[in-house]
Amino acid sequence: MQTFRLFNSLRIFMRRTGALATLAAVVGVGAVHAQEAVKIGVVATLEGPFAVLGQDAIRGAELAIAERGGKVAGRSIEMIKASSTGAPDTAVVASRKLIEQDKVQFVVGPLSGSEGIAVKEYAKSQPGVTFFATSGAQQTTMVTPAPNLFRFTTDGAQMIAGLGDAAFAKGFKRVVTVAEDYSYPYSQIQGFMLEYCKAGGRVIDKLWVPFGTKDYSGVVSRIPADADAILVALAGADAVNFLTQYEQAGGSTPLIGGSAMVDQGVLAAKGKRRDWVAGTPSAGPLADDLDTPEWKRFVSAYKTTFKDGFPSPSLFALFYYINTKALLDGLDTVKGEPGANHSSLRVALSSMELKTPTGLVRLDENRQAIADIFVTEVVKTGSGLATRLVKVIPRVNQTLGLSKDEFMKVGMATKTSPECR
Amino acid sequence: MTLRLPLAFTALLLSLPLWASPFVVFQIGAQALGLGCVALSLSWLMSQAGAVSLAQLSVAGVAGYGVALLGGSEFEPSRGWPWTVAVPLALLAGVAAGAALGWLAARTEGLQTIMLTLAVAVAWALFLQQNQVLTNGFNGITGTRAPTVWGVDLSRPTPFYLLSLAVAAACVLVVQRLYGTVFGLTLRGARDDARKMAALGYQVQQHRIAAYAFAGLVASLGGVLRLWFNGQISSGSMAMGPVIDILVIAVIGGTRYAWGPFAGALVFVLLQNFAGDIVSAERFRLFVGVVFLILVLATRDGLAGLWDHWRGGVLRQRGVHNL
Repeated sequence: MQTFRLFNSLRIFMRRTGALATLAAVVGVGAVHAQEAVKIGVVATLEGPFAVLGQDAIRGAELAIAERGGKVAGRSIEMIKASSTGAPDTAVVASRKLIEQDKVQFVVGPLSGSEGIAVKEYAKSQPGVTFFATSGAQQTTMVTPAPNLFRFTTDGAQMIAGLGDAAFAKGFKRVVTVAEDYSYPYSQIQGFMLEYCKAGGRVIDKLWVPFGTKDYSGVVSRIPADADAILVALAGADAVNFLTQYEQAGGSTPLIGGSAMVDQGVLAAKGKRRDWVAGTPSAGPLADDLDTPEWKRFVSAYKTTFKDGFPSPSLFALFYYINTKALLDGLDTVKGEPGANHSSLRVALSSMELKTPTGLVRLDENRQAIADIFVTEVVKTGSGLATRLVKVIPRVNQTLGLSKDEFMKVGMATKTSPECR
Repeated sequence: MTLRLPLAFTALLLSLPLWASPFVVFQIGAQALGLGCVALSLSWLMSQAGAVSLAQLSVAGVAGYGVALLGGSEFEPSRGWPWTVAVPLALLAGVAAGAALGWLAARTEGLQTIMLTLAVAVAWALFLQQNQVLTNGFNGITGTRAPTVWGVDLSRPTPFYLLSLAVAAACVLVVQRLYGTVFGLTLRGARDDARKMAALGYQVQQHRIAAYAFAGLVASLGGVLRLWFNGQISSGSMAMGPVIDILVIAVIGGTRYAWGPFAGALVFVLLQNFAGDIVSAERFRLFVGVVFLILVLATRDGLAGLWDHWRGGVLRQRGVHNL
């Protein structure tokens, strides 16, 4: 009896502490092999409307690491992923986990605009970590930038350079916009309008939908009959849902594509073929048929590495690739010694001329990319839809060629600024 | 036995900052306590008033936005008042929001309550997302850190954890106290048979509204902790996903003890942070779902039910039969 009782309390004790031991094991894992490897944290939207884009973003980061055989400056690289949903707080929670628990020294991400703004604020409390922003909100680097945050990719307004003129030249005099109601699409619409309104075009209405909208019937019915075209600045599942429902509703007004709308993340989405989208003009940080050796090498590496990927890398794969590559090239330059609080690495990054699959990238004084942008058109190809290069807009900076003062007169991109009805 | 365990548990909680990393103290400990407060308000309403209110996170959001707008932040319309003014006013707003929700929901039962409070939660999240002037839309309000009080920076992991622990402990104690009061008895009476209670002369509606108002206070305290934990507040934190998360936490934790929601929140936060390390980051939601299903199917009333089962087993072996 006594033995039985002892055995039983032991069993209960074991059961109770078992959970604690598992927890301790999980919590302790980070500390064991921390010294040698360079730890890179990657935050991407692996949940929510942008989940498919997040997966491709991870591929981009993996590609940049794989390209170097998983080593930089003689040290092996350990990449740790964390997921967010597109909501700002989730990206901060994910970054904090990577930095404080997994002890990463570098963070690449997050993916979505408003997440990026929140992470920028968090970055200021982590001076020993260097951040590589991949999201596209203007504010991330333009307003109160963080000294330890670099963005080697373009923001929403930069990405759409050249499209305003291209759309006007196509004969679209009055357009209506459909976009998600947050920071990145504000930047896209602003970038488009600065050019388009100057050229003489009118944006007669802006329709905003909540991030993650599934039912677009209300929006489709509000598109004015006298609009020449619709600028669709949606991304991921939002864009796919809109396109499907717009077609079902018998919509016939031509489209103008936002940068993430004509992306492989949308064009190559499973389901009904969307051939009717062919002919849509757009602009973005890449053109699927870009005819440079760098781009072709990137695409073929992507295709051979990821059999389950898109027919061609998406914007997000490219962005995570570029920012991860910037980090690794920077570490190479400083021979793997980033210095106290990463000071030498940051100096190296600031003056770096980064070779990317889409051309050379330099940074401005806010550590924001100045890069080439590609005006494109959607075409049908053997493997589905893709973008075809129409024109290159070289070295687009964050103020879109205006002086800082002129640009600030226009003001930050918001829902209501700018206007030209 | 009855005293030893709670004492050991209190010691464990209080000493956490001594032996755990700042990450565990802040992101796991403090976050679970803040989330637990919001879930407690739901769990208490479920057990005492029989009302599944999905709008508790929205009420928490009223207080959170209240502190963000009245106190200091990087968003221009913020008043920048000291926390001694901003926090009480925001809590008051939270209680008022809770009472208003109660006024709407008290006349409904069961499924109707769920639908109505869900509608309120969705409407609130969409309002926050689309309003630029007051709430800065989807971006929300950044730069809302916990204040420095008597030279102690409450935004540091350990002070913030201890603050959260104090708030959570106060909520648990008050909720336990309420159980045996006339108010508590009346609520449970109204929950079991509203018509009989009304016939006995009790004002069922008013009691329910008061219950929502009290739950509003608990949720609001959680809301302020959430605001300070995140250092920002935005509509995404109150969208459908997080609303369901609160329900999941309450169900995992169970409703029979006031500490249940905190245990549920701890499990949730651990899964949120580490499930991605156990299974691949792309599939961690699936893992969370499986754990949730197992807990719901294998336990009666979540972790609290599991606890009673365990304790029952231990006490029976010691010859104690009446719990």
